[in-house]
Amino acid sequence: MKILVPLKRVVDYNVKVRPLPDNSNVDLNNAKMSVNPFCEIALEEAVRIKEAGNAEEVIAVTVGKTESQEQLRTALALGADRAILIETDSILEPLAISKVLTKVVEQEAPDLIILGKQAIDGDNNQTGQMLASMLNYPQATNASEVRFDGDKVNVTREIDGGLQTLQLNKPAIITTDLRLNEPRYASLPNIMKAKKKELTIINVSDLGVDINPRTELLSVELPPSRDAGIIVETVDELVEKLKNEAKVIT
Amino acid sequence: MSILVIAEHDNSSLKGATLNTVTAATGLNGNITLLIAGSNISSVIDEAKKVSGISNIISCDDELYKNFLAEDLSSLVVSISNSYSYILAPATTFGKNLLPRISAKLDVQQISDIISIESEDTFKRPIYAGSCIATVKSNDSIKLITVRSTAFDAAPMDNSNVSVESLDAVNALNISEFVSEEIAKSDRPELTAANIVISGGRGMQSGENFHLLDSIADKLGAAVGASRAAVDAGFVPNDYQVGQTGKIVAPDLYIAVGISGAIQHLAGMKDSKVIVAINKDEDAPIFQVADYGLVSDLFDALPELEAKL
Ligand SMILES: Cc1cc2nc3c(=O)[nH]c(=O)nc-3n(C[C@H](O)[C@H](O)[C@H](O)COP(=O)(O)OP(=O)(O)OC[C@H]3O[C@@H](n4cnc5c(N)ncnc54)[C@H](O)[C@@H]3O)c2cc1C
Ligand SMILES: Nc1ncnc2c1ncn2[C@@H]1O[C@H](COP(=O)(O)O)[C@@H](O)[C@H]1O
Repeated sequence: MKILVPLKRVVDYNVKVRPLPDNSNVDLNNAKMSVNPFCEIALEEAVRIKEAGNAEEVIAVTVGKTESQEQLRTALALGADRAILIETDSILEPLAISKVLTKVVEQEAPDLIILGKQAIDGDNNQTGQMLASMLNYPQATNASEVRFDGDKVNVTREIDGGLQTLQLNKPAIITTDLRLNEPRYASLPNIMKAKKKELTIINVSDLGVDINPRTELLSVELPPSRDAGIIVETVDELVEKLKNEAKVIT
Repeated sequence: MSILVIAEHDNSSLKGATLNTVTAATGLNGNITLLIAGSNISSVIDEAKKVSGISNIISCDDELYKNFLAEDLSSLVVSISNSYSYILAPATTFGKNLLPRISAKLDVQQISDIISIESEDTFKRPIYAGSCIATVKSNDSIKLITVRSTAFDAAPMDNSNVSVESLDAVNALNISEFVSEEIAKSDRPELTAANIVISGGRGMQSGENFHLLDSIADKLGAAVGASRAAVDAGFVPNDYQVGQTGKIVAPDLYIAVGISGAIQHLAGMKDSKVIVAINKDEDAPIFQVADYGLVSDLFDALPELEAKL
C-alpha cells in the first residue's frame, strides 16, 4: 500500500498574526513557518501505518513556494520516503490545490491519502473533502482512529455530538483531528538522512490545471477588541458583579 | 435569486445551527428553500415548516440519507443545485464535512465560516484562529458558504406558509458505510446553544474534578466545556472542546476555570458577551479578555461559588 500525505507550510501556531499596516493582507514578514500541525499528525499516522507493516511507501507532497522544501525536508526526517513539491509563487485556494493534487494522485495512484482537517492559516477545512469529491473517493474527516479491516479502512471521526465510525473502500481519503496521534520529533540522524532522500520539484504550470483564483481578498483587519476588564478580590464580589452589573445571572 | 439552505438534523429534530444559517440566508435577498434529507423525517419537516424566513421545503426521505454520509448527500444536492445562486450550510462538523464535496463538483471555491454578509458577493470570515478578520469577495456564479452560527441569531419559529415538495434519492455510491456512532447524552443544554458555559482546563487536574463545574452548571443551567489540554488529558470527551478546532461558542456568560487562554482557545469563546476567568496565575493571558478575573485557586473558588449562587 502507498500513502500520500499532502501537507502545507503555514505560520507557526505560536505566532500572533496581525494585519499589514495597509490592511491588504496579514503580515508574515519574518514569521516562523512550520508544517501545519494537522498535517504533522497526518504524516505521523502514515508513518505509523508503514511501521506496522500495512504500507510500503509514504510520499509527502506540497503545493507552494520554493521555501516549502524546508517543510518537505522535515517530513522526510519524520519518516516520509520521498517528497514532491509542486512549485508556484501564487497563493492557491483549496479548490485549485485540490485540482493540483488530483494530478499527483493520477501519477502516484496511492491507496490512502491522509490530509490535515484544516490548515491553521486560512482555517478553510476544505481540501480533503474537495479532493475526495474530485476523485470520487470516500472520505472520513476529523479522524481520531484509523484501523484496517481486510481491504477496507475503518475510521472513527470526532463529530459535534461525539464519535462516529465509518468504513471506507480504498482508495480513501482521511483528514486528521488533534487526537489521532502525537507526532514524534525528528532525530538528528534522521534529519541528516532526510537530506539524501528524493525530493522532486514540478512546476505547477506543467500540470495544465486551472488555478485562477475565484475569490479576492479585499481587506484584513483585527477583530473588534474587548474592553479591559477588572480583577475582583473575592467570590462574593464576583457574584455581586455578575448579578447587578453584568446582569447575566439572577 | 434562490437560496438553498441545507438543514442539519438528527432525523427527529432540527439542529439549532440550521436556524442561524437561515437567518444568514435572509441577509441575501432571495427565496429560501430548506433541504431536509434523511430517513423517517416527518417530525423534522413539521418542525421546519415553522421556521421564519423560508418559503419552501424540499424533502428527501430515504434510508440512504439516514446517516448523512457526505458521499451520497453531496450527489443529492448537486442534482438540484442548478436552481440556486447560493447554497448554505452551518459551519458544524456536518456542514464542514459536506459542503466542500459539493463545491468541488460545482467547481466553486467555497467561503467557509462566514460571520457577516457585506453584500451579495462579499463576506467576512475569521482567519488565523480569529487573530484577523478577512473580507472576501467571491467571483463564482454560485456561492457556497458555511455559516458560523454564533454570528447570526436563530430564526424565529413563527412561519405558517411553507410548501413542501419531495425529491427522489439519487443512486447510492456504495464506497463508504456507516458503522456506529456514540452520541453523548446529557441533560444540560448543548454547548453551542447554551446561554451560559463553564469550561475547565488543565488546571482541573482530573475528570473527577469536573464535578465541581457540573454542580455550578446545574445551578446556572449552563453547558460544560473544556480546553484542548483537558480533552487530551482524557478528563472529558472530545465534544467538550472549545476553540479554533473545537466548538465555537458565544454565550451571555463564559466562565473559564484553570484555562490559560491560548489563542486557539480564545478563538472559540472570545465573542462571548461576558467572560469570567478563574486562574491562580495572575499573568495568565485569559485575564486579558476577561471582564471579571478572579485570581484564586480553583479548588477554593469553585465550592464557594457554588454555595453562593
Ligand atoms: C493546531 C492546534 C489547535 C488547537 N486547538 C485548540 C482548541 O480548539 N481549543 C483549545 O482549548 N486549545 C487548542 N489548542 C491548544 C492550545 O494551544 C493550548 O495548548 C490549550 O488551550 C491549553 O489548555 P489549558 O489552558 O487548559 O492548559 P494550560 O495552558 O496548561 O493552562 C492551565 C491553566 O490552569 C491554571 N491552573 C492550574 N492549576 C490551577 C488551580 N489549582 N487553580 C486555578 N488555576 C489553575 C494555570 O495557571 C494555567 O493558566 C490547539 C493547539 C494547536 C497546535
Ligand atoms: N498548499 C498545499 N499543499 C499540500 N496540501 C495542502 C495545501 N493546502 C492544504 N493542504 C492539505 O489540506 C488540508 C486542509 O487544508 P485547508 O482546506 O486549507 O484547511 C491541510 O491540512 C493539508 O493536508
